Amino acid sequence: MAENFLYFTELLSMPVVDLKGRRIGRVKDAAMVPLVHASRIDRLLVGGTDAWLAIRFDQVHTISLAKGIELSEEVLVPYHDDEYLLRIARDLLDQQIIDVTGRKVVRVNDITMSILFDGVRDTLNVVDVDIGVRSILRRVFQGVLPPAWIRRLQGPIPPNSISWEFANVVEPDPLRRLRLNISYTKLEQMHPADLADIVEELGPAEREAIFETIDSEAAADALSEVEDPKMQASILESLEPEKAADIVEEMAPDEAADILSELEEETSEEILEEMDSAPKTEVRELLEFREDTAGGMMNTEYVALHDGATVADAMSAFRGNEDLLETLNTLFLVDSEERLAASIPMARLFIASGIARLKDLASDTLIQVTVDEKQDRVTELFDKYNLLTLPVVDEDGKLAGVITADDVISVLRQK
Amino acid sequence: MRELIKRFRYHLAVFFAVVGPGFITAVVDNDSGGIYTYSAAGARYGYLPLWTLLPITVALIIIQEMSSRMGAVTGKGLSDLIREEFGLRITFLLMGVLVLANLTNVMAEFAGVASSLELFHISRYVSVPLAAFAVWFLVVKGSYQSVEKIFLFACVFYVTYVISGFLVKPDWKEAALYSVKPVLLFEPGYIYMLIGMVGTTIAPWMQFYLQAAVVEKGVTAKEYLKSRVEVVVGCFMTSVIAFFIIVACAGAIYSVRPRDIQDASEAALGLKPFGEYAFLLFSAGLFNASIFAACILPLSTAYSVCEGLGFEAGVSKRMKDAPIFYSLYTLLIVVGAGVVLIPSFPLVQMILLSQVLNGILLPFVLIFMVLLINKVDIMGEWTNSRSFNIISWATVVIMIGLTLALVGITVRGMH
Repeated sequence: MAENFLYFTELLSMPVVDLKGRRIGRVKDAAMVPLVHASRIDRLLVGGTDAWLAIRFDQVHTISLAKGIELSEEVLVPYHDDEYLLRIARDLLDQQIIDVTGRKVVRVNDITMSILFDGVRDTLNVVDVDIGVRSILRRVFQGVLPPAWIRRLQGPIPPNSISWEFANVVEPDPLRRLRLNISYTKLEQMHPADLADIVEELGPAEREAIFETIDSEAAADALSEVEDPKMQASILESLEPEKAADIVEEMAPDEAADILSELEEETSEEILEEMDSAPKTEVRELLEFREDTAGGMMNTEYVALHDGATVADAMSAFRGNEDLLETLNTLFLVDSEERLAASIPMARLFIASGIARLKDLASDTLIQVTVDEKQDRVTELFDKYNLLTLPVVDEDGKLAGVITADDVISVLRQK
Repeated sequence: MRELIKRFRYHLAVFFAVVGPGFITAVVDNDSGGIYTYSAAGARYGYLPLWTLLPITVALIIIQEMSSRMGAVTGKGLSDLIREEFGLRITFLLMGVLVLANLTNVMAEFAGVASSLELFHISRYVSVPLAAFAVWFLVVKGSYQSVEKIFLFACVFYVTYVISGFLVKPDWKEAALYSVKPVLLFEPGYIYMLIGMVGTTIAPWMQFYLQAAVVEKGVTAKEYLKSRVEVVVGCFMTSVIAFFIIVACAGAIYSVRPRDIQDASEAALGLKPFGEYAFLLFSAGLFNASIFAACILPLSTAYSVCEGLGFEAGVSKRMKDAPIFYSLYTLLIVVGAGVVLIPSFPLVQMILLSQVLNGILLPFVLIFMVLLINKVDIMGEWTNSRSFNIISWATVVIMIGLTLALVGITVRGMH
C-alpha cells in the first residue's frame, strides 16, 4: 500500500477521537523513542482543553486523513517532557540534518510517514525527510487549505526527499545524544573531504559535536580536509585537550604543526602536553619553522636508507612502514653523517633486481632545498623540475623532511 | 620583549582576520539612495541636519553589533536562525517581502549607475548592461575572499566625497557647530528629511548581509571582540562620509540658493561651479557607491532566501549544485538593471515602493533580532545584558516609529 502515507504537516492539528466518538483534541506534535524503535512514532502529543496528553502508539486504533485518529483505549496520561523523546515539530522540523548519501547538510521541511496496519492497529512510521519546493508548499499552505487540495496542488512538483535511514540528526548536547541513540558511525565511513564539506556548513556547536563523537582517525582525516586554517584551529580549540591531542596524533605531522601554529600558544601547548612523546617531538620540531619557509611546509614522513643499501633492503624498510606507502613516491639515501646523498624514484625499484644497489638507480641531479628556503622558491622548483617530492635539508645538509606536491597545491590554492 | 611583540603580532593578525564584514556593510549603507538623501538634506537645509548623524551612528552601532555578535556566536545566518526559531511560514513571508524590497533597491542602484555615468556622457544603454554583466560575473566567477578584497578596495573610493567636501570650501565653523547642536524646525519638509536620513541608514537587508558575511568569514566567538571594534569603526566611517556629502552640498548648493534636488546627479552638477574636480569626484563617488551596492544586494538577497528556505547557497558552489541560488541572483540583476532601460518605467514610484517595503520589513527583522539574541540556547553566555537590552529595545522602538512615519508620509505622497 504505497498510497497509504501521511505528511507530518497533515498529522498536525488532526482531530483525535476517543472510543465514544468524542473529540479530545488535536495533534500538536509527535515523537519517536529512538532507543526503542528507530522509525516508529511512539507518542502523539495531543492538545486538549488544558494540558497536553501523550497517546502511546498502542492506544491508537485507526489513522486516516479523512477521519483523523480514533483511539482504542480510554486511559490517557498527561504529557511531561521525556528526555528520551525525539519530538518532530520541536527537534526535527526546520533544523539542519546531514544527508549521508547526498553528502550534504539539509534543512527539514516536512516528514513523510507511512500508515501501517499491523493486524491490530494503525502505526505511523517515519519514511522520508522532505526537503525542496514541494514540502515548502505544504508548510506554507498547511492549515490554510484543506489537505486534499494541497496534495493535488503539489502534484506537478517533483518530490525531493531523503530516506530517514540516511538522515543523521545533529545534536550538540552529548547526554541527549546518548538518550536519543544518535551515533555518527555513518559519518565515519564517508570520504573525509565530503565530511569536511559538511562540517564547514554547520555551526560551531554542531561542528564540535561531530568531532567529539567520531573516532580520532576519521576526525583527523576530515580535519585536514577542512579548507580554512582558521576553522581547523577553532575546531581543535573547542575540543577537550585530550581529544584534540588524539586527533592531532593521527594527522600528518606537518599538517598538525600547521594547525597548532594557528592556535594561541597556551592552547597549542595544552594539546601538545596530552600527546604521545614520539609524534609530539616531531610536531614540536616542525613548529619551530616559519610557515612560509620550506621548513614550515615540509613533513617528516619519508623513507631514507644508507647509501650502501640494496633494493632488498628498501623492500624490507617498506614492510616496516606500510602506512606511508599510499603516498610514497621517492626514496632517499643518506651518508654516514645522515647527509642527503641521493633520491630514487620508487618506480625504478620494480624493474631492478633485489641485489642491485640503490645508488645506481638514483636520479642524475639531486634537487634539494634548505629549511629556511622561501615558499615561493619551493613552488618555483616544483614547477620547473616537475617534482612530486622535494627533500629539505638543515644547515648541515642532513635530511630534515620532504615537501610533497599536495603541500604545494594547498599553498597555491590559498593565494 | 620578544614575547610582547609576538603577542602583539598575534592580535594584529586576528584583527585583520575579522576585518571586512562590518566595515563593508556600514560603508555600503551609503548607496545611491543614501547619497541622494544626504545631498538633498544638505542642498535644502545646509548644515542644520548634521547633528542627526551622531544619534544615527549610535543606533547603527547598536544594531550592527547585535548582527555580528549573532553571526560570530552561532555560526548561522539571520534567516537560518529565524527559520529555526520561528518556523517556515514566517520565514517564507519575510523572504518574499525581502526579495521585493531588495529588487526595488537594486533598481535604484542601477539607476544610480546610469545617472552617474551620464554625467560623463556615457549612455545608459551602454553603462547599465555592462555594469550588470560585470556585477554578475564578479560574484559568479569569484570566491568570497576575492570578492571581499574588491569590496574593501571599493570602500577606499568613498574618500572622493571627503575630497570633494574640501574642494567646495564649505563653512567649517558652521559645520562643526551644527554637528553637535540639535536644531528642530517644525516644518513638514524638515521633519520628513530627518526621518528619511534615519530610514535610509538602517535597512533590513544589511542585517542579513552582515550576519551572513561574519559567518562566511568564520569569525568565532573568541575573536568577536575584535569584530566589535570593526563594526564601530565602520559605522563611524559611514557617518564621516555622510557628513562630507552634506557639507559639500551645503557649501555648494545651499549657500548659493537653498533648493530641492531631484536626484544625486543633480547634486553633482551643483558642485560644478566649485571646480571640475569637485564635480568629477562627487560623480565618481556616486558611481562607485551604486555599483558597489548593486554587487552586494542581489548576492545578499539570494543568500538569505536560500539559507532560510533550505536551498543550497554560496558563491563557492557550482551552478549545478545551487540552481535556485544562482537563478535568484541572476534574476535580481537582470530585472533590476533591465527596468532602468525601459524609457517610461515608473522608477521614482518603484524607489518609493522600496522605501515602503523596507519599512514594513524592518520592524519584524529588528524584533526578531532582539528576541533571538536573548535566547540562551542559541547565544549561551553571549546574550544581551539587561542594560544593553534596554538600549536595544529603545533603539528598535525609535527606529520602528521613525520608519513607520516615513512609510506613512511616503504612502500619502504616492497618491
